[in-house]
Amino acid sequence: MQRMTDRKNVIIDGSRIVIEAMARAGADSFIGYPITPANLLYQYAAQRLPLMLPAPDEITTLQWMSGLSACGRIPVTATSFPGFALMIESINMAFMMELPMVIILVQRLGPATGTATCGAQGDIALLKGMISGGHQLPVLCPYDFNDCWNLSARAVSLSAQLRTPVVFLTSKEEMMTRKSFDLSTLDDIEPLKRSYYSGDKPYTPYKPGENLVPEFLPVTNDRWQVRLNASTHNPEGILQHSSKEALANTRRLEEKSLRNLPDYTICDLNEQKGAEILIVSYGVTAAAARDAVAVIRESGKKISMLIPKTILPVPDICYKIIDSYKRVIFAEENINGQYAKVMFGERLPGSIRIVGEIGTMVSKEQIRMEATR
Amino acid sequence: MSKILNTQALPYCKGCGHDLIAKSTAKALEDMGLDPLDVIIVTDIGCHGIIDSCLNTHTVHGLHGRSVALGAGIAFGLESPEQKIIVFIGDGGSTIGLQHILEAARLNLDMTVVVHNNMLYGMTGGQTSGLTPCGFRTSTSVSGNPWDGYDLCALAHKSGAAYTGRIAGIGDISSSLGEAFAVKGFSLVEVIEICPGYGVKFNPKRKLSEIIESSGKLPGKWENLRDPFGEVQGSKSGSLFDDLDILGSDFKSSLEKPFSLIISGSAGEGVQLAAALLSSAVVRSGLNVTQKGSYPVTVGVGFSAAELIISPDPIGYHGLDNPDVIVVTSVEGLAHCRSRIEKMTGGMLFIDSSLQSPQTGADVRSYDFRSVGARAACLYAIFIFINSTGYISGESLYRTISDGGLADKIPVDKIRELTDQWSNRG
Repeated sequence: MQRMTDRKNVIIDGSRIVIEAMARAGADSFIGYPITPANLLYQYAAQRLPLMLPAPDEITTLQWMSGLSACGRIPVTATSFPGFALMIESINMAFMMELPMVIILVQRLGPATGTATCGAQGDIALLKGMISGGHQLPVLCPYDFNDCWNLSARAVSLSAQLRTPVVFLTSKEEMMTRKSFDLSTLDDIEPLKRSYYSGDKPYTPYKPGENLVPEFLPVTNDRWQVRLNASTHNPEGILQHSSKEALANTRRLEEKSLRNLPDYTICDLNEQKGAEILIVSYGVTAAAARDAVAVIRESGKKISMLIPKTILPVPDICYKIIDSYKRVIFAEENINGQYAKVMFGERLPGSIRIVGEIGTMVSKEQIRMEATR
Repeated sequence: MSKILNTQALPYCKGCGHDLIAKSTAKALEDMGLDPLDVIIVTDIGCHGIIDSCLNTHTVHGLHGRSVALGAGIAFGLESPEQKIIVFIGDGGSTIGLQHILEAARLNLDMTVVVHNNMLYGMTGGQTSGLTPCGFRTSTSVSGNPWDGYDLCALAHKSGAAYTGRIAGIGDISSSLGEAFAVKGFSLVEVIEICPGYGVKFNPKRKLSEIIESSGKLPGKWENLRDPFGEVQGSKSGSLFDDLDILGSDFKSSLEKPFSLIISGSAGEGVQLAAALLSSAVVRSGLNVTQKGSYPVTVGVGFSAAELIISPDPIGYHGLDNPDVIVVTSVEGLAHCRSRIEKMTGGMLFIDSSLQSPQTGADVRSYDFRSVGARAACLYAIFIFINSTGYISGESLYRTISDGGLADKIPVDKIRELTDQWSNRG
């Protein structure tokens, strides 16, 4: 693949970039169930991915994806909260079975059906607590089109590398707004090369391998028996009540995503020497935060900014950065400071302020006012 | 010694039909000459699901009611048509996952579902399921279930299953199961059994054959002559970027700082298309643009608005706090933007002459946009806006329309003529 060297100005939406990147990275199947504002992703996936199947509901979507993943494919779907809610038990299953897949969650205004055509960042608390037992899935969150490209590819490779479902967290404005963009700024994407168990002894599907990740073998192979299990199970994949080895396997699931976190910690830090205020923002709101930072700096005031892109599990480096500032402002499109509370609990430290909004994007002026008061 | 089972001591109560199904399944597969790794057995939640550890086949143990959908996913991903997918599910799982069964039957996926119908939820205390026959007693209907159960075979058959069969779980049922396993396409076998724990306890004097007889859902088999599911995919793009127009900077612009615009009209009147054409013309004029759509959930009803930021510099945040210009072409468009118009302390409002402008600090300009037809009104308004502001040339928009092959579909010459008349007047 050649790097695109000439300037290529187009008008494009984030959905197109995400699906193209995932296709190039090795995602090979898409299971679709229509929901606004995720429909463009479905439409593009139907054009681009080798296999596309329309499911009759979102529970089926996740089950079909799990079956495909068990066969060695990397399936993708795209949904919004109402569909995601139906998927959650099955995402728990895929997490427990350790099946690679990517779920694109396009946030919209809730609760319930809320407003389908209005963006939001209201699902972070849900993502933090969606796996029974409090275990965490990797959640990657892009903030601009180059992120959409790079993080989409990373979501695909990460799901295979960690044998886990990965959530790609976006919102309506990121996936549907059209923008002028220079395609030549996109890096090449290295397609995923998967390696399967090739030993000469029977395969143990949940035996911890490198970095606690078990080697993978498709359920379609004719060499070794594969057992996949959503119930508490031992390394062989056999259901157990609470045997020592089965609980050790569940503990491994807890540790797997955390121990490997440094490998997939992605964030942008824009520090200004001498600044005592830090703005933390992600996804669609990070663009407003970045503009606010520029305005604040122009006015002569010092300020730094952190854009986490690996949203969950919360990377240690984010705590270290936040701890080094006197005042920290979280800007996110919800009214309860969800990410701040994911990081610090319901009772936020006095040094933390939140800027939030629903029904409309958080504006750079709202962030500027909080930062300069 | 069975190749499929690794023990004959299966973990079931004495007299349980699950034991019979597992052993008959093993016998049927062996009679077909299949090796264990030719077979993928997907199990549901329920007593039947604990068979996993006794199988030498591939085993997948999923969620309650979802095993048919999980098996369907494997069927989609299967590379060798020789591999058999068998799903074990109970009557409870069939109830909760009924949609998955109908869907797999409709698509005629190459797999077999074996329904262990013991007429109640055996693992959780003997509650009534959707397949419990009328009059059958369970822990939650001690005087007998007042309702008929689903006729699962009829539902699967009507949905398009290649093969559906109902049998009593008595004696050697391997030949019936083997018949279903040999089918290319979706097959379902409902095996009626009686749970030796709860079924016998609550219905002590009843015999299985009498229960089947009185339920009216008799043994039988039903077939649809259909080809199994074959993947049918349309042509695929090599790259989603191939469809995009690469926009050169073939026009000039006098814009020196960011500028924001809202175009607000009615759904179905080409607002988003007009905004897209303007966006392309803007990029062809060497500028950057963001185009955010805003509309209700319905298609073709209510307002439709596009919010644009146009800038000589790269644009980060694409929200609009205070627009420099608002263009309104319809009643719905005005209702959507009214409060923003009222808040304007400067800038311009281009509004259709049929509408009354709200109180505003903007410079209000009224034109008969809808005279060119509702679907072209927005584009006319955009030409007027371009002409009035001069940030980009009318030619850049005109060329964008004609290059996009839309010149025949939009009365663009008439719009240009009218625009020129206004500009000569102004």
